[in-house]
This record gives sequence, structure tokens and C-alpha cells, in this order.
Amino acid sequence: MSVTREEVAKIASLARIRMAEGDLDKLVPEFNKILEWVEQLGEVDTSGVEPMTAVIPQKLRLRDDVVDADPLTAGGRRDDVLANAPVAEHGFYGVPKVIE
Amino acid sequence: MSTYRIHGATGEWEVVIGLEVHAQVSTNAKLFSGASTAFGAEPNSQVSLVDAAMPGMLPVPNRECIRQAVRTGMAIEAEINAWSRFDRKNYFYADLPQGYQISQLYHPIVGEGSLTIEADEKAGIPEDKVIGIERIHVEQDAGKLMHDQHPTMSYVDLNRTGVALMEIVSRPDMRSPAEAGAYVRKLRSILRYVGSCDGNMEEGSMRADVNVSVRKPGEEFGTRTETKNVNSVRFVMQAIEHEARRQVDLIEDGGTVVQETRLFDPNTGTTRSMRSKEDAHDYRYFPDPDLLPLELDEAFLAECRASLPELPDAKRARYEGELGLTPYNARELTAEVETFARFETLLAETAKALDKNEADVATQVANWSLSVAPGVMKSLGDEGDAAHATAARQAAILKMQDAGEISGGQAKEIFERVLREGREPEEIAATEGLKQVSDTGAIEAEIDKIIAANQDKVEEYRGGKDKLFGFFVGQTMKAMQGKANPAVVNQLLKDKLG
Amino acid sequence: MPTDANSLTDLGVREIRDGVAAGDFSAREVAEACNAAVASAEALNAFIVATPEKALEAANAVDAARAKGDALGPMAGVPIGMKDLFATKGVQTTAASHILEGFVPPYESTVSQKLWDAGAAMLGKLNMDQFAMGSSNETSYFGNVASPWRKAGSNAAMSPGGSSGGTSAAIAARLCPAATGTDTGGSIRQPAAFTGICGIKPTYGRCSRWGVVAFASSLDQAGPMARSVEDCAIMLGAMAGFDPKDSTSLDASVPDWFGNLDADLRGKRVGIPREYRMDGTDQAILDSWDMGAQWLRDAGAEIVEVSLPHTKYALPAYYIVAPAEASSNLARYDGVRYGLRDLPEGAGLQDMYAATRADGFGDEVKRRIMLGTYVLSAGFYDAYYTQAQKIRTLVQRDFEAAFEACDVILAPTTPTASFPLDSLNNDPLTMYLNDVFAVPASLAGLPAMSVPATLTAEGLPLGLQIVGPAMDEQGVLNAGLAIEQRAGFTARPDRWW
Ligand SMILES: [Mg+2]
Ligand SMILES: [Zn+2]
Repeated sequence: MSVTREEVAKIASLARIRMAEGDLDKLVPEFNKILEWVEQLGEVDTSGVEPMTAVIPQKLRLRDDVVDADPLTAGGRRDDVLANAPVAEHGFYGVPKVIE
Repeated sequence: MSTYRIHGATGEWEVVIGLEVHAQVSTNAKLFSGASTAFGAEPNSQVSLVDAAMPGMLPVPNRECIRQAVRTGMAIEAEINAWSRFDRKNYFYADLPQGYQISQLYHPIVGEGSLTIEADEKAGIPEDKVIGIERIHVEQDAGKLMHDQHPTMSYVDLNRTGVALMEIVSRPDMRSPAEAGAYVRKLRSILRYVGSCDGNMEEGSMRADVNVSVRKPGEEFGTRTETKNVNSVRFVMQAIEHEARRQVDLIEDGGTVVQETRLFDPNTGTTRSMRSKEDAHDYRYFPDPDLLPLELDEAFLAECRASLPELPDAKRARYEGELGLTPYNARELTAEVETFARFETLLAETAKALDKNEADVATQVANWSLSVAPGVMKSLGDEGDAAHATAARQAAILKMQDAGEISGGQAKEIFERVLREGREPEEIAATEGLKQVSDTGAIEAEIDKIIAANQDKVEEYRGGKDKLFGFFVGQTMKAMQGKANPAVVNQLLKDKLG
Repeated sequence: MPTDANSLTDLGVREIRDGVAAGDFSAREVAEACNAAVASAEALNAFIVATPEKALEAANAVDAARAKGDALGPMAGVPIGMKDLFATKGVQTTAASHILEGFVPPYESTVSQKLWDAGAAMLGKLNMDQFAMGSSNETSYFGNVASPWRKAGSNAAMSPGGSSGGTSAAIAARLCPAATGTDTGGSIRQPAAFTGICGIKPTYGRCSRWGVVAFASSLDQAGPMARSVEDCAIMLGAMAGFDPKDSTSLDASVPDWFGNLDADLRGKRVGIPREYRMDGTDQAILDSWDMGAQWLRDAGAEIVEVSLPHTKYALPAYYIVAPAEASSNLARYDGVRYGLRDLPEGAGLQDMYAATRADGFGDEVKRRIMLGTYVLSAGFYDAYYTQAQKIRTLVQRDFEAAFEACDVILAPTTPTASFPLDSLNNDPLTMYLNDVFAVPASLAGLPAMSVPATLTAEGLPLGLQIVGPAMDEQGVLNAGLAIEQRAGFTARPDRWW
């Protein structure tokens, strides 16, 4: 199956990657070439095959309900979480005004 | 059958409602990090590196969140899926640091269940109605955006980010705002019984996404809209009313309803389209590769089941059946966790004090709990301190009343002083002259005087005018300054009047 | 004992830590020698950031501990490079992307922390393919890495492989004895093969992913790269171990891989997968493979043919699964909490995202995000993603069946030797084929290693790959050691940088 320029533009928008017309010119044929290649997977009869869910068979471990048990996954470190923010004011992250 | 109808130009319309209730799971820490869930903290002070989606951060699930979701599922008698899995729901928004919400789409932890809303003639619910619950899944809450702190910026607070939610998805089984309101109230009651959510709607612990469509009765479902994050029972009902009306008007004007996400404005009671959810139809769900499938073993499930309390429906049935309470009293007493907890404590205390079975004192305690005590408290207002009203003190009052030592009026008076002064009921009764006289001698003396002074009425009574008995009771009580034991008075009067 | 700077940089992990422990030289001397080597090798562009003071600081601590008579860790005094995918507290961490330029993590990845705890010292952050997406080290925002190797008689800059190309170049050029790599679909093994060094990707879950910038979560695994099998064994021992912060971390004890190294393969069966004889594979590669089988036979192993029928489908399946996961993993780079923000005049939030991501991500990263977004999008999910995950199950079953018949599998690491930088740039698909032999083990989460075998006629290194069953890193390392002993690979690039 091949995708159109409009479809590629729509995917770019869904992925929040701004694309100029020139970018699309380059990407559309590349994209179709890769898709055509991965579509050989359709040849394989996978009926009755379970999709992989865990690479190595393991059970999901659960954590105890304890606040700040490990400093690396704890709250209470506002300065750290804001330290790299392009805009941080009054303890908040700042973003362009959102209209809901 | 609900008879709720919207009257349109082309006839009557039926509204079809399904609710997705997001209930915050009562836990100390977040679903996938160790940050606190406490409400009202300084912005971004309860945010871990995991919640802020720093590069390389990974989720590890909190057992208690899973446990509470399972217990909730058991409380609505739902299918519990011992094998479930977390999926990512991908979309871009400033309150969603990861760029995806960890949720459960394909394999939720809880499957099909139901709850029953009770008949409420006044609200247009003629009989009990079972509302299907499609599923409950566990997911992360998002952060909070503030739009009014800065002229050109929105501010982002991630304190709520990653708090565990249960999304409880109903079937589109409701047909009126009243049914939806009753559903939310009942669900809230169950969650609070189970202890899986505090049900605090003001703090956002429970919010409903309201799915509404309209149709001509008997026809296929119409296109629905989803109004997000409605945070009170009243608003849920308002949102439905408004949305149903809007859809009917739209269709009758030749338009079509668009499947979309809408926002409720509590100030106007109206809904409007939400711009920020334009990718709503392509969330690109896929299993979260940072997490393995969630497998629950028998021991875990057994503990969940064993730890469940008696639930609202069962409790109500027991109050009626075993305790002999009226349906009204049973419903009132079981609606809220605090109410039944206080009632059951007082019931046990009173039964012990009176050396009787709970069933034998239940009606007395129920009346006290539902009408007498709240009446006194209400009339006192701020002058009383509810903390003084311990179960032991209330049981002591009920015991004196049961023994005929005090009248109903005296019981109220004593309770009033308990609330004001925190003193012991027996001591109040003894020192404040709040006891009934059961001494037959004193009462007999007064009765004799009254009979002597009212011979004419005695004759009339004896001649068959039974109603006059009340007159003699009144006169006797008056003479005794209201402190005579009415049972003794009655008995003596009967003897003397013949 | 060597004490001059040049010979110190020739030493491996074991030699350095034993020499430091014995007092033959100080950790500081080694760190200084490596710092100098790093500083003089800018032409390779192997490092994004050098941290000479950190290297000295850690070395001083080791020397002080030794002076006090304290027990020294298994990597004590060993200066290493850290792939820039690992978060390092207080040191810029970018994944070689503009979008993370200037990002200074307030945290340390589990794996790097374990290495510091073991006594290792950080020379700096190594260049790599952007977000570990690439097989040639040409996708870094911070410029290509040049391999220290060149074709005989040519000055053309060659690829060090990718994505751990800064790592492979630095080790091959003797800037450091060892360094960290990560492998999602061959990113440790392929660059190791291209530069004549060793590298092992352990079983998925052995090394914690906490604090490692994610590419494709179900595939990403950290591992050591070094110039010898024993050095890999030592360093892997320091990196591996259960981490409760990573839900996919293996809750298993870490064996003493170094202590149990044993090149005697008597009683072992080595599988040769029939399907790896693919069209387009260089004859030199096929020859080295035959040679490798002979070496293992010589070490006592029995050579058996095995079949991995779904090999052909592993690479396309990988190019669905990995981009799908990446498209979601990389959604967090949005200009809100860290890294680049590109806010055009009058832009709203969503415009800011699109502008930031357009500016911040390189072409290959965008290509994979787009591909991943597409295969997960409405209507395509089952046909692409679910089908790919089913094929992954089949690939894993192939290996399970093969390991009924053999203990380890021997295969080439790559279908070709290194190629000149800029030669495959315009052809993503041909570039992807570099990993055709490496990807199957990644999809199945299996331990796999590349060991240098020989040089091509043009003087470029070739590697051989050993794949073992889950959890059997020891078997892989032992077979690797048997090859290493027999290959006698002592070639090193002539210094031109
Ligand atoms: Mg919803
Ligand atoms: Zn939800």
C-alpha cells in the first residue's frame, strides 16, 4: 500500500513535526519504499500466533504504596524538575496560552 | 421504564446516557512513582522525575492502586481479569508530560459488572434499575493547566500527573438526568464503602465524562457527544439536560450531531466544543513496552475479596430484614459511610447498655440517629460540640429513656446539655431535675386531687366519653410539672377512673 | 611495567584495575593518559563532551582508597567513556540530539551509577547516532564520528558503525579501554565489528534501563564494549543487576562471568544458522564465518547446522516495532520541561510542539517517528504492529527450537565491513540492512556478542557474532573467548588523527 502526500502530511501533524513542502517531497517516496519493504511481513501466516507481550517471560512486579521511598522516584524536588525548563515561573512550567 | 422526554417540534425524544467516571484511587503514592498524592500542595512540589517524564524514566506500578481497582470490581460483582495489561494512549498536551497516558484499552483489569439504582418516584425513577458497567481500567491522571495567571502563558502544575484513576465505564443504560444522578451517587457510595476512592467531587476525586445522544423512542442510538470532566452530580444532570436539548434543536433544525468532545461550563450550565482534542480519534494505543502484563494470583484476589466490607445493597437488606427497620430508615442509614458507621457503633453500644439484642433496640436507635439527635444538633448550631456526643453518652440517654427514667423531651434536653457542656447524661439527669417521677404515691396524690376537682368529667368519661382520658393525663402531667412517667400515669388513671 | 602515557592507554580493563591495585601505576596516571588521548583525538569526534576533571576526581578517589587499604571495586581506576544516551548527573546528556542540547540531568542512570560505584571514572560523553537511530554514526547533531580505521591506501573517513559509534571509535583508537554501548537492533555489535573490538548485548533485562534515554523500550539493552572478551565480562558484571526502578529488569543474581570464563568448548554444540547465508553478503564475511566455525571446532565444540526460518522477516518486523515504540517514547520531547523550545512568533502550544520537534530532531529520527506514528495509527495497527509482534514471537520460537540443537549460535555480525561516511546516507533501506544479522537476537531479547575475527583485504576489521539462549551470557562469552584466542586479532588502526 502506498501513502499519499496528504497522508504523510497528516501523520506529520499527528506526530507534531512541522513539515515544509520540500520535506514532504523528499519523505513521501522514501516512506513508501520503506512501507513496501515492511509489507513483506504480510506473507507470513501468523494465524494462531500470539503477539509478543514480554521479551523475557517475567511477571510484572508491584511496588509498595509508600511515598518518597526512593529519592530517585520521589516527589519533593521541584527545583530539579524545573531546572531544565525553557520557561519556569512561580514554580510552574510556562507554555503558550492554551485555549481549551 | 423512564418516561423522561424532551419535547421537540417534531415530537418527543429520548435521551441515552453513558457515563465514564474517573475516580481517584485512594493511595499515598502515585500509580507509577513514589510522589505523594496529597491534595493542595505547592505547584510541582509532588512531582518525581518519573512524573515529569524526564528522559530515561520508567514506570513501576503501585500495588495498592491495583488492589483497590480489583476490590472495586468485586464490589460491583464484575469479572476480574487476572491477566491485564497497560497500554499507551498517545496525544500531545501540556498537562501530559510523557506525550502519552498509561491506561488500559485492550485488556482492562475489570470487565463486565453492574450496579442498581433505587426507585425514586419523585425523581421519575419508578422502580429499581440495573445499570450495566462495561469495564473498569486503571490509568494515570494528567496535570493541571492554569490559564488566568499570565497574559500570554498558561502555567503547568504536574502535581496530579500520574495519580491513579479508575475509569469506570457504564453501558449507555441511563435514560434521564435523574437516573444519571442516581448512578453517580450510588457509585460514589460503593467506592466510599470499599474505600477505593474518597468520592470528594470538589477536590476532583470523582469526575464524569458524560456521553449523551438523543433518539426518537424505539429508534437506533444517535451520534453521541462526550462532555469531559463534569465534577458534581448536579452538573452531570445539567450537562445532560443542556446537551440533550441542544442535540434535539440541532437535529430538528436540519443539522447533524458531530461526535466530539465538549466542555461543561458550570457558570452557564451549558456545553461547548473543545478545540484541544482534535486528534481524539487517533490515540495510537499500543501496549506499554515499559511494563509487562499484569498477572494477579489467587492469593492476591482472595485477599481483595476477603477485605471487602458489607456493601450498600446488602447492608440495606439486612437493616430491613434483620433489624426490622423501615425501608426509608434503612436507605437513609446506609447511604453514607459515616452515617452507617455512627449508627452501627451506637446500636452496639445501646444494645450492650440495655442488655438487649440489636434487633430489639434498632428502631429506637434508628429514630434517635435519623431524627432526634440531628434535630437537637441542628437547633443548637454552633453552640454544640458534636465531639461531646460519644456513642456511650447517647446510649446512656437511650437507656434512661428505655427504663422510663426520662421522657422523650427530657432525653432531648439532656442531649442538648451533653452537646453544650460535655457532661455525662446520668449526672445531668440527676442534678438538673431531668428525671421522671415514677413514684406511684406522689402521682396518686395528684390524681386524687384532679378527680375530686373534676367530678363532672369523671362522670362523662365513665359514661363513655373515652376521649376525656387525654384530659386527665394532661392535668396529671401538668400537676407533676411534666416529670411524671407517662406509663405510670396512664396505668394509675385507668385504675382510678375504672 | 609500563608507566609512560602511551602504553597506559594500550592497557585493557583488567590490566588497569590489577595494575592500580598492585601499585604498578596510579589511577590518576591512567586517567591523565586517557584524558590526553581524548584531547588529542578531536578529529575522530568521538566525544560530545569531555569531562577530564571528573576522570581525575574519580581516579584520585581510587588512589586514596587504595592508600587507606580500602577494598577496591572491580572497575577501580578504569577510565571509561559513557555513551551520551546515559543520563549523567550534572553533565549534559543529549542522545546526540539538538532537542536535548544543554539538558543537564539532575539524576544518574542506574548503569552509570553502578560503574562509578565499581570504581570507574568518566572521561566524557560519547557521540552516537541521534537517539541511537542509525548504523553509521552519521545522524548525530554533533557531527559524524570517524572510525580510526581507514581502507588501505585511502584517506576516506570510514564509519565506526552505529549507534554506539563514538564508543567503538574511542576504544579502537585507544582513547579509553572500554565504554558503554546500547543495543536496540545491533548498536553494540555492529560498531564493535566495524572497529575490531568486542561488545556484548546481554539478555534483555540484565542491565537497568532506568536513566537511559529510551529508543525502543522492548529492545533497548545496555552493554559493555572493550578490546577483549575478559574486559567485557568484567564490565558487564559491573553494569548488570536487578533494579526495582525498571519494571522489565531481571530479578536474577549476576553470575561471576569473568571468574567463570572458559574457552574449552568440549561437549558444546555450535549452531550455524542456514538462513544467514544471504545474497549480497561479502565473500570475506562468509570466509570469516567458516574460519570462526573452524576455531570453535578447534576449541572442542561440535558444529551443527540449525534453522532460523523467520530470519528474513526479523528486520522488517524490527522496523515496525522499534519506530512504533520510538514514536511514543520521543513524544516527551516537546519543548515544555527541558531541552529545545522553538516558539515561532504568535505560535500556540501545538505549533510550538511541531516547530520544536521539526527543529530538534534529525532526519532519521523524524523518519522513524513518522513510520512509527503511521503503523500505530487508526486502521493500520493490526496489519503492521500486531503482525510484527506476532513475527517477533515466531523469531523467538525459531531460536528456542535452535537452542534445542545447539548451545550457542555462530553468525557474522554484519553483512559487510565498514563503509565510507556519506556513502549510504541517501538510502535508508540499504543502511537498515547493516543490522540484518544483529536484529533477530534483539527481537528475541537474547545475549549476543561480537568478537573481532580478521581484516578484509582492504585492511578493515570483520567481526563474528555469538548468540546464546536467554540468561546464558557465560556461554556467549566463553565461545567469544575461544574465537578471540584463536583469531589472534592484534591489528590496530594507524594513527592519523
Ligand atoms: Mg473517557
Ligand atoms: Zn480515562
